[in-house]
Amino acid sequence: MTMQRILFGDNQFFGVNHMSEEKARAQLMRFESDQAIIDVLDIAYEAGIRVFMCTTHDRIAVICDHVRAHPTRYADFEFYPCMPYAHKYANAVTEHGMFEALKLFLPKEGAIGALMKSGVSVATKDMQGIARLLIDAEMKMFHGLRTPVIWLQNVVTDLLLGSGFNDAFRYFADHVKAKYGAEPGFITMNMPKLLDVLEAQGIENPIICANINKLGFRMCPGIAQYEALIATRRFRPVAMSVLASGAIPPREAIDYVCRQKNIKSIVFGASSRGNIQETKRLIDELSAAA
Amino acid sequence: MVRLGLIGLGKMGVSHLAIMRTHPDAELVAVCDTTRYVIDTLAKYTGVEVYSDYKRMLREKQLDGVVIATPSRFHAEMVRDALEHGVHVFCEKPFCLDPDVGQRLADLARQRGLVNQVGYHYRFVSAFREAKRLIDGGALGRLHHFRAEAYGPVVLRPKNSTWRASKSEGGGCLYDYASHAIDLVNFLLGEPERVGGTVLNTIFSRDVEDEVYATLFLAGGVTGQIAANWSEDSHRKMSTKMSFWGTNGRLTVDRQETQLYVRDPSVASIPLKAGWTMSYTTGLSENQAFYLRGEEYSAQIDHFVRAIASGDTDTVSTFATAVATDRVAAMMKRDAAGLPEPAAASGLVASGSAAVSSPLPPSATLVRPVRAPWPALFRRARALVS
Ligand SMILES: NC(=O)c1ccc[n+]([C@@H]2O[C@H](COP(=O)([O-])OP(=O)(O)OC[C@H]3O[C@@H](n4cnc5c(N)ncnc54)[C@H](O)[C@@H]3O)[C@@H](O)[C@H]2O)c1
Repeated sequence: MTMQRILFGDNQFFGVNHMSEEKARAQLMRFESDQAIIDVLDIAYEAGIRVFMCTTHDRIAVICDHVRAHPTRYADFEFYPCMPYAHKYANAVTEHGMFEALKLFLPKEGAIGALMKSGVSVATKDMQGIARLLIDAEMKMFHGLRTPVIWLQNVVTDLLLGSGFNDAFRYFADHVKAKYGAEPGFITMNMPKLLDVLEAQGIENPIICANINKLGFRMCPGIAQYEALIATRRFRPVAMSVLASGAIPPREAIDYVCRQKNIKSIVFGASSRGNIQETKRLIDELSAAA
Repeated sequence: MVRLGLIGLGKMGVSHLAIMRTHPDAELVAVCDTTRYVIDTLAKYTGVEVYSDYKRMLREKQLDGVVIATPSRFHAEMVRDALEHGVHVFCEKPFCLDPDVGQRLADLARQRGLVNQVGYHYRFVSAFREAKRLIDGGALGRLHHFRAEAYGPVVLRPKNSTWRASKSEGGGCLYDYASHAIDLVNFLLGEPERVGGTVLNTIFSRDVEDEVYATLFLAGGVTGQIAANWSEDSHRKMSTKMSFWGTNGRLTVDRQETQLYVRDPSVASIPLKAGWTMSYTTGLSENQAFYLRGEEYSAQIDHFVRAIASGDTDTVSTFATAVATDRVAAMMKRDAAGLPEPAAASGLVASGSAAVSSPLPPSATLVRPVRAPWPALFRRARALVS
């Protein structure tokens, strides 16, 4: 599979901004209505962007419905879903405790449902089974849509990575390939460490999405390690936070990424027509120049 | 390699687990939790050595340091046991619920020369450290007022079955949310001498408060308001914000950014420009060896590991500073209940010099002022940051 060069992200729709809470809130207000999100996606689509990389936030289900309802208009539109929407789980764990929260997200029927009834100590013996069910629950909203890459979201990736739950990456990869015919992708703030672990798990030429920006913002342990890794190792890096939430001027930011030839794709989010078109144009121009 | 153990593998504990296991200079030797499925799962899938009895872990493992992330009512006993084993301790916040108990543990740690730290991670957030640099550098001139706010979505309906809903277990918005704001006040300005007009209200919970409001009175006539509400779901996660007003300008800071307004730059001892200056996490934060949810969580564990390695027990968030925070929380509880301050709480010095220039709210006039040795703490905190 060849990955698309430009992926359109969704942080701006859900109030994620690393520079300012005020900006984040203004964006949340602006994108209260689903139509406002769809309008921006349409601008991106018209500008020639074909991929929407989005979290499995409840509101994305509405976008999925919209795309399903207009198959000709979005003939070559693809989703690269990121799962899970971690706040949903974190808040449920705070409110109900770990076991009750897990129960909430798992189907009541079926083998695992039965296992959960007999107690979590039995159920956790089959983490692979639980993982499959959680993935399926998150994927429901994309039914009938193209999802050639499915991402594991960074808080989960990094929690598993840090705690040494390395098998989980293979569970994820295997299931995403087998059931959805998709490529597994992994989002992380700790790219060098993750690449080693994925390779050790036999996940070849993995797709890894991480912050890659000229400032070195959230590139752990450091920007130099990232640059060396990208230049020398076999994997498919995807750059996000390229503009560091607006801290780097666009041309300079994109130039930095495009000079690293092994970077396969760039994720960016924007909400105005001008910014979307300008960023797309810059990526096209600087990718060709590099 | 610093040999570490971890007690409590709940929401906070698993985050510590990931950070401790990846620390380049630490080895996570063993973990402990009383919930069977948690340790069985961890043992099976991550290969970490597990215990269900922390005392046994302390006896058997020759740990250098331990991180305690159990529900708050267990902290005191576990901290004491660890100290008595000669083990350096990092304890989650709030520290002890009872400031007298906390003070004794702070004394014990000092007597034994052990590193002691509490998980008030906002002290490690780059934007709040920048705020400290600006305030200590005199950017605001004479600071006279502040506001400390914490909002987030923890309790959004009456039913909540976890320990956070139980008063006796250290639940409630005061310990869970307001304590962070109080600790930031202590960190940035010093410990309040008195509190007044405290409101501890329930919105949804039966047993604990969901919102906290109070006026804090600091030395030199500095006053401030604190507001915390954990039933506020317009915020996706906890959001903490501080604002400061001084004779030379104002400063607002949250996790992401600082916004400084300066009237006359020449007043300060650090380079500044007149008007507005903003700084952002994207420029302020530094990469850690491992990142999870925010640099501050890794930074505080890294600080703990380094303190153990170097033997420097004077951490950025010591038991002593956390006791000061517990002490303010206790004052707020008494104030809300209309109880007088105890005449001479242990470890505190009663003071007659609490005449504050501003008029006192009625409830505060009943309160016998109690003064902690905060200037010393303040000086030390300043020294640490500079
Ligand atoms: N710094 C922060 O912002 C922050 C955030 C969340 C929690 N905390 C603090 O961390 C602590 C834990 O909170 P949490 O949300 O992780 O709670 P939690 O309920 O999710 O987890 C607590 C864990 O401790 C275990 N435990 C209970 N008794 C034990 C014992 N005797 N021995 C070993 N393990 C035991 C439980 O089984 C559970 O796994 C609290 O003090 C809390 O205030 C701090």
